Amino acid sequence: MDSSAATTHHGPASGLRRWLYTTNHKDIGTLYLWFSFVMFMTGGCMALLIRAELFQPGLQLIQPEFFNQMTTMHGLIMVFGAVMPAFVGLANWMIPMMVGAPDMALPRMNNWSFWILPFAFSMMLSTLFMEGGAPNFGWTFYAPLSTTYAPPSVTFFIFAVHMMGISSIMGAINIIATILNLRAPGMNMMKLPLFVWTWLITAFLLIAVMPVLAGVVTMMLMDIHFGTSFFNAAGGGDPVLFQHVFWFFGHPEVYIMILPAFGIVSEIIPTFARKKLFGYPSMVYATASIAFLSFIVWAHHMFTVGMPLVGEVFFMFATMLIAVPTGVKVFNWVATMFRGSMTFETPMLFALAFVVLFTIGGFSGLMLAIAPADFQYHDTYFVVAHFHYVLVPGAVFAIMAGAYYWLPKWCGNYYDETMGKVHFWCSFIGVNITFFPMHFIGLAGMPRRIPDYALQFADFNAVATVGAFIFGFSQLIFLYNVIYCIRKGRKASDEVWEGSHGLEWTLPSPAPYHSFSEAPQIK
Amino acid sequence: MNRVIFGLAMLLVIASPSHADWTMNLTRGVTDISREIYDLHMVIFWICVVIGVLVFGVMLWSVVYHRKSRGAKAHNFHESLLVEIAWTVVPFIILIAMAVPATATLIKMYDNTEADLDIQVTGYQWKWRYQYLAEDIDFFSSLSTPREQINNTQEKSPDYLLEVDNPLVIPVGKKVRFLLTANDVIHSWWVPEFAVKKDAIPGFINEAWVIVDKPGVYRGQCAELCGKDHGFMPIVVEVKSQADYEQWLAEFKKADELKAQAAEKSWNLADLMATGEQVYNKACLACHQANGEGVPSIFPALKNSPVALGDAALHIDVVLNGAPGTAMQAFKDQLSAVELAAVITYERNAWGNKTGDIVTPAQIAELKK
Repeated sequence: MDSSAATTHHGPASGLRRWLYTTNHKDIGTLYLWFSFVMFMTGGCMALLIRAELFQPGLQLIQPEFFNQMTTMHGLIMVFGAVMPAFVGLANWMIPMMVGAPDMALPRMNNWSFWILPFAFSMMLSTLFMEGGAPNFGWTFYAPLSTTYAPPSVTFFIFAVHMMGISSIMGAINIIATILNLRAPGMNMMKLPLFVWTWLITAFLLIAVMPVLAGVVTMMLMDIHFGTSFFNAAGGGDPVLFQHVFWFFGHPEVYIMILPAFGIVSEIIPTFARKKLFGYPSMVYATASIAFLSFIVWAHHMFTVGMPLVGEVFFMFATMLIAVPTGVKVFNWVATMFRGSMTFETPMLFALAFVVLFTIGGFSGLMLAIAPADFQYHDTYFVVAHFHYVLVPGAVFAIMAGAYYWLPKWCGNYYDETMGKVHFWCSFIGVNITFFPMHFIGLAGMPRRIPDYALQFADFNAVATVGAFIFGFSQLIFLYNVIYCIRKGRKASDEVWEGSHGLEWTLPSPAPYHSFSEAPQIK
Repeated sequence: MNRVIFGLAMLLVIASPSHADWTMNLTRGVTDISREIYDLHMVIFWICVVIGVLVFGVMLWSVVYHRKSRGAKAHNFHESLLVEIAWTVVPFIILIAMAVPATATLIKMYDNTEADLDIQVTGYQWKWRYQYLAEDIDFFSSLSTPREQINNTQEKSPDYLLEVDNPLVIPVGKKVRFLLTANDVIHSWWVPEFAVKKDAIPGFINEAWVIVDKPGVYRGQCAELCGKDHGFMPIVVEVKSQADYEQWLAEFKKADELKAQAAEKSWNLADLMATGEQVYNKACLACHQANGEGVPSIFPALKNSPVALGDAALHIDVVLNGAPGTAMQAFKDQLSAVELAAVITYERNAWGNKTGDIVTPAQIAELKK
């Protein structure tokens, strides 16, 4: 075949093979995003089942055993199946276009990173149909509940976690290689868009901690099947060791789920404020500081395990310190809006809600950092409220904002603005009705992960359930809007937004299947 | 729209049982520590409110006044080292101001010395065991809310899910130290009004302490996911005046003696079966189920099981000493000789397990020695 003809006519293969064999960063990005949406809906249905059971005191719909399986699967699916793949999908689509690269650095590995995931999650979901049921020990799977006392399906869970970990590590390697090696000439590090910076740092976090997760589940596997006693006190092991290792993974993990969100919001706010991002260098340094601090705060998840006093004090101080760089980021976003010329399209609405609601999650995080007070908050609905505020109107809203922001670039059409706004307001109201009352029931004394509760918690639980259904069902508007956008939305211009800035907007809309085959020149 | 709101409001009204309330804040509690924690909680809360009002205020101002539709033109300032330093340093100072009193409270909480009374608290799947180390007192405390209330076939009592058969009893104004551990998985012993929450971990002993000012009944719950019935293992502490506490001690010991005597009298099958069913419902039903069929792959069936139909000695051994490495606990210390004999007899003769065997309390009392 004539080689020049091959390059000019090289487009996507047709049918299923296009998606199975693709090494194109845009296709793989799309796969990740759809996969993440399916998982978001799956985990969301589990959340609604949980909320429906908690609508009233007493057991109505599901039994405690199944309730625990639902809380566990909901957490695992949302963390590993919805939020992380959504960010990787956005990274796949946007990083090459933002740094002026033709594709990801390691395209074949990219294909593999994605295609592992459907198998990993099929295996994990299949445990629901196994004898003894799915994992029921919470997404934090504390030993010995997850080892000696676990259902037999725990082995499948371990294998699934290994596969997810391999996928994440390969994805992270690919992102680092792309950012460090494939930047267009003249794009030095301090010119990188903030989304690229936050992902670079996130990728290093992933490489650092996913092996730790792999280690801890392997130790569980050994305890369960090969007679070791890493976490079994009767055999000389230590159940608290599990928690230290798990949270050494787990705390950086929660930043893995929020740093790319910071990046997205830092792209969107300047566009719609028509003003350059305030304090770009301090945003980069703040992100790096948060990433560093994430490695030395893990035991604030364990203030009640009986650590020595010095341990408590150290982890309390280190945790409080995180408020400083996080504050810097919030102040910079607000300073970017200040004296700008703002408009409020759907991505901006989601980004603004992100700033406010994520900050509320940050405030409750600061309260939780106060170790003596944490003895009251720990493992209550206050914690549930806290991490849902940073993850739902935090990470998920940022993903929604990013999707609306870049959709016109991806498919060449605008989404429906009115529908987008309706989706935003339903989500915004729903999310607050769901999670704000959880602060109150937590402070009033309701522990988390219980299928039934004492009568004084009934009213706020009923409110939260109503909110959850509003939030859950309003995501169907999003689905409809995305399909509408792909099928018949209004044609988008190349720059898409009046205030858009950056390389991705210099490409035509929709972005061609192969972009930046020749590197652009950066001034 | 109005109909939707009305519908939602009606749903809430229907969902509100008579005892529900709208408590929104942390309890002040009944100990010095709990009040200090409450104060810390309120201080940090107000700091957050003030920062929130400032930050969201500026943001709202921009949203309202610096919008394009009002004709706002974008300025092009985008950095200021001075401002960056200011908003790094000021929060840092606020945090230090907050860290000092928090550390002071933490140091007090960790002062586990000079207790007047030591109580070992052991978490079991899904009950608590209290052992008074200086006294000969040792008992289990489990949920007393009837299943019918949980399954909504009976009206729920005011203390629904927060009531137990045997509450922990401690004297007022004395420093009581808890030594916490667990028998199977990790539990966490939490009474909000004491501001005591400490994990009970198998193989480890954690310490916590409390000096309660006011006699009364205080309720809490297990705070660490510990399996199926994690939501059903409440904690009830009765704080009594010294005199009442001593009276309780005396009565408790007397009741213990009566139980020992009961083991010596002779029991027939019918009586053992009747007592056995009650004991089964309290101690065994959560796992092995009311019909004795268990839960496949997790909790074995007793109906037609080789253990319940086979040699009684093996059956007795499993019930008394548990099955290591599984969820089956040792019930030797949890139940009296009469209760053990009754429940084993029950298991060997219920659900069509017609062995006709009688295990006598005397036989068990001998093994318990």
